[in-house]
Amino acid sequence: MDKILEVRGLSKVFGKGCSQCFASTGPEFDTNICPHCGSVVAAHDLSFDLYKGEILGIMGESGSGKSTAVKNLYFDQMSTCGEAIFFDDDRQWDLFKLNAAERRWLRNHRYGMVYQNPNLGLNFGISSGGNIAERLLMSGLAHYGQIRERARELLQRTEVMIERMDEKPGSFSGGMQQRVQIAKALATQPPLLYLDEVTTGLDLSVQAAILDLILEIQRELNTAMIVVTHDLGVVRLLSSRVLVMKYGRVIESGLTDQILEDPQHPYTQRLVASAL
Amino acid sequence: MLQAILDVSGFNKTFFNHAQGTQIPSSNDVSFKVFPGRLTALIGPTGTGKSSVLKGVYRTYLPSAGRIVFRTAQGLEIDLAQASEHQILDLRREEIGFVTQFLYCLPRRGAQDVVAEPLLNRGASQAEARAQACALLDALNVPERLWGVPPATFSGGEKQRVNLARGLISRPRLLLLDEPTASLDPHTTDRVMQQLDGLKADGIAMLAIFHHPELVERIADEVVTLKPPVTH
Repeated sequence: MDKILEVRGLSKVFGKGCSQCFASTGPEFDTNICPHCGSVVAAHDLSFDLYKGEILGIMGESGSGKSTAVKNLYFDQMSTCGEAIFFDDDRQWDLFKLNAAERRWLRNHRYGMVYQNPNLGLNFGISSGGNIAERLLMSGLAHYGQIRERARELLQRTEVMIERMDEKPGSFSGGMQQRVQIAKALATQPPLLYLDEVTTGLDLSVQAAILDLILEIQRELNTAMIVVTHDLGVVRLLSSRVLVMKYGRVIESGLTDQILEDPQHPYTQRLVASAL
Repeated sequence: MLQAILDVSGFNKTFFNHAQGTQIPSSNDVSFKVFPGRLTALIGPTGTGKSSVLKGVYRTYLPSAGRIVFRTAQGLEIDLAQASEHQILDLRREEIGFVTQFLYCLPRRGAQDVVAEPLLNRGASQAEARAQACALLDALNVPERLWGVPPATFSGGEKQRVNLARGLISRPRLLLLDEPTASLDPHTTDRVMQQLDGLKADGIAMLAIFHHPELVERIADEVVTLKPPVTH
């Protein structure tokens, strides 16, 4: 198996930061706010590897830094320090040293992103088919007929009613909006997909259908995924390995079944014991 | 001389509960071997850590002490207690199977697709995987009308058979079985035993826990009696 992503020492601080931010925050201090300068340490010293076709879970409560990790890798935020390498077919991308054009190219050609809030991932001013066309255009496809055909295929694959592809996503249910977002993210068949709390807030039957879809896609396209969630059930069903975060730190990581059945850290033990 | 596929020595598992500050001893100094085409049964009263041994071998539990040496198809010897997460995942996909007591599966999938999954993960075609899944469900006495239905609403015995079929379908070199017949009637138990006999004939090694002593008598080639844990 080949590596697709290698992250070392990723940190993100909101605020001006000081020399004592990292040393005076974290689980042992029960805070991620620096007592000296008031900056928020959203993530500190995150290191992990992701292999091709593998699903890695990142779990933790609100504010633990799990979304921060993904936002930095997807360039929605700029990391404070650390290193991340993306292994492409014939070259390596040093992610935190790229210029804006390179970052945009990676987002359009190698990454997919599905946000919890469809407003972030979709353009609500144009049709759902148009949303997908937009991404295909950005990746270089220019032929109208081809774009429309590809958009139709993708919406069909994600079980969005094809008769509605010319409607704007605002008229869709939450579950449908999420499907359009997934179709859009997959339009360029990216080898790496980020999923940030994609089933949170959806009703149970819709959640199940979305999780099912994600796994089918992973199998069909061998897509590597990073799944951010606070839901232990989602972690169990989707990911083979998982990182547990608290106060911006990875406090424990391992095989998913091991983390859920034999957690070592006091916080993970409490988390697992309080699951419904 | 038959070469062991699994050689466990001095295996120990103790849990530490941080909330209560207590140690919970489970398996205590367990040593045994498992051979190709043979079944090793773990016996002993409740609380001697039989399931913990299986979960330790599968690495669902982190072993507290001991060596768990697995001999791969290529003849490599890997200590499962020390192996990397990706090494374990590769072995789980290709060589080591586990039929647990509970069935975890995606809510919306029909029984035949749940059973077919391990083959799909190895790259088999949908049609081929499904055909094998149906054959196995049939052999385990699961009525055909249930094959397309998600197992969530199944009875305990039906779920157990789906779980069993999913474990057997990939024909791993080493199969771990945790009370695979606990909620089955005698007739269906018989069917399961026939399947296990078939696996043995094909050279598959098994490490198992059975609820009923007479099943151990009937199918086990080696029997390991676990000692009660040391309590402080």
